[in-house]
Amino acid sequence: MQSLFQKIWASHIVAPETDDTPAVLYVDLHLLHEVTTPQAFDLLREKGLPVRRPDKCLATLDHSTPTVPVKTLKDLDIVSEPSAAKQVRQMEKNCKDFGIELRGFESRERGIVHVMGPELGATQPGATIVCGDSHTSTHGAFGALAFGIGTTEVGHVLATQCLLQRRPKTLAINVEGRLPADVTAKDLILKIIGTIGVGGGTGHVIEYRGSAIRALSMEQRMTVCNMSIEAGARAGMVAPDDTTYEYMAGRPLAPQGKAWDAALARWRNLPTDTGAKFDREVTIDASQLRPMVTFGTNPGMVIPIDERVPDGDDPAFRKALAYMKVEAGKPLLGQPVDVVFIGSCTNGRLSDIREAARILRGRRVADRVRLLVVPGSAEVKRQAEAEGLDEVVRSAGGEWREPGCSMCIGMNGDTVPSGKLSVSTSNRNFEGRQGSGARTVLASPLTAAAAAVSGVIVDPRDLVS
Amino acid sequence: MEPIKQVRSRTVVLPNVDIDTDQIIPARFLTTTTKQGLGKHLFAEWRYDKDGSERAEFALNKPENRGAAVLVGGNNFGCGSSREHAPWALLDFGIRAVVSTEIADIFRSNSLKNGLVPVIVDAASHRWLLEHPGADVVIDLASATIEIDGKKVRFPIDGFARYCLMNGVDQLGFLLEQEAAIRSYEQAHA
Repeated sequence: MQSLFQKIWASHIVAPETDDTPAVLYVDLHLLHEVTTPQAFDLLREKGLPVRRPDKCLATLDHSTPTVPVKTLKDLDIVSEPSAAKQVRQMEKNCKDFGIELRGFESRERGIVHVMGPELGATQPGATIVCGDSHTSTHGAFGALAFGIGTTEVGHVLATQCLLQRRPKTLAINVEGRLPADVTAKDLILKIIGTIGVGGGTGHVIEYRGSAIRALSMEQRMTVCNMSIEAGARAGMVAPDDTTYEYMAGRPLAPQGKAWDAALARWRNLPTDTGAKFDREVTIDASQLRPMVTFGTNPGMVIPIDERVPDGDDPAFRKALAYMKVEAGKPLLGQPVDVVFIGSCTNGRLSDIREAARILRGRRVADRVRLLVVPGSAEVKRQAEAEGLDEVVRSAGGEWREPGCSMCIGMNGDTVPSGKLSVSTSNRNFEGRQGSGARTVLASPLTAAAAAVSGVIVDPRDLVS
Repeated sequence: MEPIKQVRSRTVVLPNVDIDTDQIIPARFLTTTTKQGLGKHLFAEWRYDKDGSERAEFALNKPENRGAAVLVGGNNFGCGSSREHAPWALLDFGIRAVVSTEIADIFRSNSLKNGLVPVIVDAASHRWLLEHPGADVVIDLASATIEIDGKKVRFPIDGFARYCLMNGVDQLGFLLEQEAAIRSYEQAHA
């Protein structure tokens, strides 16, 4: 009896773990972006090594890229900081030098790497997927073992297609019952992080299970798995099922024809066997959930939107409240908002923009509020535009941008000014994450859009019909 | 990488829990394409005022803490992103070991590959270290112990990672030696 994780782990062992050495684990898909790879390519140059399997690399530009239109590299110098432009150019050069196809500025497939992989069908059940990016856990939504690595390990994978790993522990998070109307996957994962804590998953791979997880769409599952790292987990995963296969069928890099049938037969054996054991289990009742918002400076400092900010005497807790300029015992409802960001690898997919549009349609962004909507990929942007969602955003007074990580990490010039309050659909509310001195409240696209039109934090359920 | 057998130093203490990698080095400094020179950005948001001058009250800026090579942090140190710039910045600043009750997975893995020793201690030892900033400690890799207040406390460290640290060995070398096994895996899974 094996869990989903155990099956994938066992099938990727090149050399088994011993007391003296970690396991050598084979990597099926290596995602690359411009921020965490330059030093790894330099290592290869220094050692005279080639990239072993360029065919197993999927590379793009997402972090340091502008979200104003840039058609060619030449335009980059006009809109970007010199260091950001240099990093983008270095990625172009590294991919060219080492024979890796880059989905760059000219590509119709460019996007945030964790939006692009699934969209292209590169993300597949049963695969091992790594990237120099902690939100690689996103791909676990497909029943893949997907986790973030550092730049040294990026070099290891480029050179050998393998990683040295000790086997992590397993944590089952069982989510039972039905999510209430207008309570989203984002609210669910924030609740989970609030329950187990920002270090609650350290050393573990999470498998999200239960009826509420089965009922989620693929995009919703990606939102949940994406933030596994915010609970400290090595990875998060959901067993593949018909929802997974329906999403994947016909995508450009997914198996086709007979190969699809063969893959499907393999994938159907992946789900955790009945009676398989986990090192830990946690149960969450989905039916009791409400929209969630963070009040502090990590994603575990989170409350239902209609509750009051809790009190605590830990100095770090006090410091977080002071930084956020919120008071224990007071509600977040009614807090004035300066910036609203809808996008990121957490909530930058078509369904997220549709959710935001439910609120924005026929309304105006409040005075003094800046709304930035950044599609997760070029494909998301095209689909949203085909549905007229760009017009919904623009008519409401919001900015409709080119794809990228944007204001989630603020490396491309899209930042929140110091002291300003941002309601953001991204994944981290750390001090300064969205810009030096920026104050971030993490929320769902519904809650973010509701804040944009209201100018203050409101319960989105009061605005949706 | 230089072999590391011991780290002997005074400690500098940042007691906050959940110190994330965005604090260790903010994202705006990640547009670099090298590993060098990141120490000046270490804890930039906490270390400097808006005009770029050092905040005298921040632990790393205090004269008595200059040169301390062991950083004692609150629980769950290094949570957040996978940026290896975090250990690079700490090392460039002069930190050689980080001590906490819990250290986030990716940060710990990145640290081990760069010669920054992650040391996980029990709650009582940790409390003592928090209450005695500037204490002298000895971290010994051969025995996997940290000497605190005259007592040696064992800490967990993967044997392979320890071997690599003590001998200055790059883990990539070991992986490259697996070529035959990798090739046969690829043939079996083609």
